[in-house]
Amino acid sequence: MKSSLKLALGLTSAITASTAVSNVAHAEDLTLCWAAWDPANALVELSKDFTKESGIGMKFEFVPWTNYADRFLNELNSHGKLCDLIIGDSQWIGGAAENGHYVKLNDFFDKEKISMDDFVPATVVGYSEWPKNTPNYWALPAMGDVVGWTYRKDWFSKPELQKEFKEKYGWDLGPPTTFDQLKQVAEFFQKREIDGKTVYGASIYTERGSEGITMGAMDVLYSYGFQYENPKKPYEMEGFVNSDKSVKGLEFYKALYDCCTPPGASNSYMGEGVDAFKSGQVAMHMNFAFTWPGLQKDENVGGDKIGYFVNPKGPDGEQFAQLGGQGISVVSYSDKQEAALKYIKWFANKDVQAKWWSLGGYSCLNAVVKDPKFPASQPYAQTFLDSMAIVKDFWAEPSYAPLLQASQKRFHDYVVAGQGSAKDALDGLVKDWTQVFQDDGKM
Amino acid sequence: MLNRTAENVARATPEPLARKVRGISDKGLAWLFISPTILLLLAINIFPLFWAIYLSFTNYRANRPNEVVKNLGFANYQRILGDKDIWIAMQTTAHFVFWTILLQTLIGFTLAWLIDRKFRGHAFWTTIILVPMMLSPAVVGNFWRFLYEPQIGLFAYAISFVTRIPPTDIQMLSNVSLAPWSIIIVDTWMWTPYVMLICLAGLRSIPEYIYEAAEVDRASNWRQFWSITLPMALPFIMLAVLFRGIENFKMFDMVNLLTGGGPGSTTEVASITLKRQAFESWRTGYSSAFAIILFVAVFGLANIYVKALNKVKQR
Repeated sequence: MKSSLKLALGLTSAITASTAVSNVAHAEDLTLCWAAWDPANALVELSKDFTKESGIGMKFEFVPWTNYADRFLNELNSHGKLCDLIIGDSQWIGGAAENGHYVKLNDFFDKEKISMDDFVPATVVGYSEWPKNTPNYWALPAMGDVVGWTYRKDWFSKPELQKEFKEKYGWDLGPPTTFDQLKQVAEFFQKREIDGKTVYGASIYTERGSEGITMGAMDVLYSYGFQYENPKKPYEMEGFVNSDKSVKGLEFYKALYDCCTPPGASNSYMGEGVDAFKSGQVAMHMNFAFTWPGLQKDENVGGDKIGYFVNPKGPDGEQFAQLGGQGISVVSYSDKQEAALKYIKWFANKDVQAKWWSLGGYSCLNAVVKDPKFPASQPYAQTFLDSMAIVKDFWAEPSYAPLLQASQKRFHDYVVAGQGSAKDALDGLVKDWTQVFQDDGKM
Repeated sequence: MLNRTAENVARATPEPLARKVRGISDKGLAWLFISPTILLLLAINIFPLFWAIYLSFTNYRANRPNEVVKNLGFANYQRILGDKDIWIAMQTTAHFVFWTILLQTLIGFTLAWLIDRKFRGHAFWTTIILVPMMLSPAVVGNFWRFLYEPQIGLFAYAISFVTRIPPTDIQMLSNVSLAPWSIIIVDTWMWTPYVMLICLAGLRSIPEYIYEAAEVDRASNWRQFWSITLPMALPFIMLAVLFRGIENFKMFDMVNLLTGGGPGSTTEVASITLKRQAFESWRTGYSSAFAIILFVAVFGLANIYVKALNKVKQR
């Protein structure tokens, strides 16, 4: 009896001791929350260096894009401690700052001599600042991203297609520089037989559930002259959101959807777009730049078969592109803020940022992207740089979610379901957005 | 019986504990047994219901916990009842409920009537028919999404084979006119077996001697069906309609998986609108008011229906 008691006590002590040791070893483990996508895998690889240098372990919580906002906004709203670091979407910045979800980083940046002037200006405004264009920083620009286009270089270079295209449209078949040209190219390829297979013009964003159709339509509307508000009078939207130019832009997006997308592409976003391009269904493909490294490596459509181009110009020569990407923030409910700040300091380092780019992440550090070798470092690097120079972003207000839901509904109702006119959709959008800002007491 | 068990337990336990158990009345013991369930119900059903009623009168937003919560009176209710989009969602829901129930009842009753013939292998066919009902809605939704795919889906190819329309033109989930029907077809495929089971129970509860008496009176099969089978199975059919009606009124999973409410808002049923307001736009107070309106509507309609059902049963 005595010996079995001793054995039990011994075992219990051993288990307790080992648990305690393991707890000590992992006491400083940080959890980083982000979307489940290719750059996240690159970040896992990159973060191994941080663990080596600091002894701080890294855990990751990656959620698919379709649930990314729901999952992490719930986590932040419930003051959860799951995430010590979060790479949150650019539109969350207003809500996260005003609701106290993120730690303000100004003092930390000053102390560690991290200057926002060292980062691409658009990414600082888009991912870090709230209120916009004020030196109040809530995140470090982490993953630059922008909507651009890929095309099938191998199809575009077929002599018989080049000849036919030139005869029909009067200009050389190549990456379009205006939206009118883009539509002509898309029409040219729509339902064409290439290598014994029927192909289609373009894959564009039409997704209804989260943010897809808004990102796609805005990508076109900006270059047509759409503005969110009167630049001289904030929140005044009448005549800006629903201007004649905006109406033309939305009509164009619908025309592009009707004429030139693959059958059944009524709910298509990043994943569906990549699938359509990879499976050789489409000649052109609208998507965020983060998809490009994966496509470049693809055996069937990558390498010499793929080309990239910046979002085309609108009818008046204006040229903008929808900003994507995110900044990395410290969650204010985390008990490990010091360790999390250490990670941010490490991540801001030039060498780390250079490695981040080489692994497939998109660095926002000037020292990396303005390096003379950068444009030639990847076939898509120059297109990425050119695109980042012309970005615009959706509202980043604390009420971004209802603002986004309103545009999702209005755009999908018109573009995909064909209900009403473009003018009706944009007038309705002004009404919905006005209501949101009135509820917020901003109008 | 309960008393005796309590006494036996008390006798078999040590004196101080036995005294305590003996001291519990029947009513006390009954409360003791049901109290965990009641507490659970209060915690996860009743309290949230009253909390939602309270929130429905406020401007509360779950994503802004630090903001001052204002009492809005009936403003949320007024806004919902005056919102054109909400009424469109209610119409879509009504359309969906009507057609699914009609098709499921007709096909379900027909299948039950055929299965009730007890032909050779009827047990096997009953099992096969029941399979869709046993699948998870998530599996069914994804499976049908692939079937409906215009470029690779079997459904489009099958329709194309019959109609000679190119399969890429059969866009069940993207076409505004076809999308509502694509959901109705899937729901009917999945839940008709459930209606069939209830109808089968009704048909099997009809005593054989009534048919024998009808045959003695030389009643035709048609006459037997209209005068015996249908009236006697009617309470069961009505019960099936009630269950399916309540379920389909709050249908969410299939619509979300198949169309997400699209194209546009053509398949946006009330539950999808509610989810968008509550968990995407974070209008917690507003969506609570909408949830209460839906609850009252379902509860009220179900009560009226149950009264009608009781009348039919009494006949």
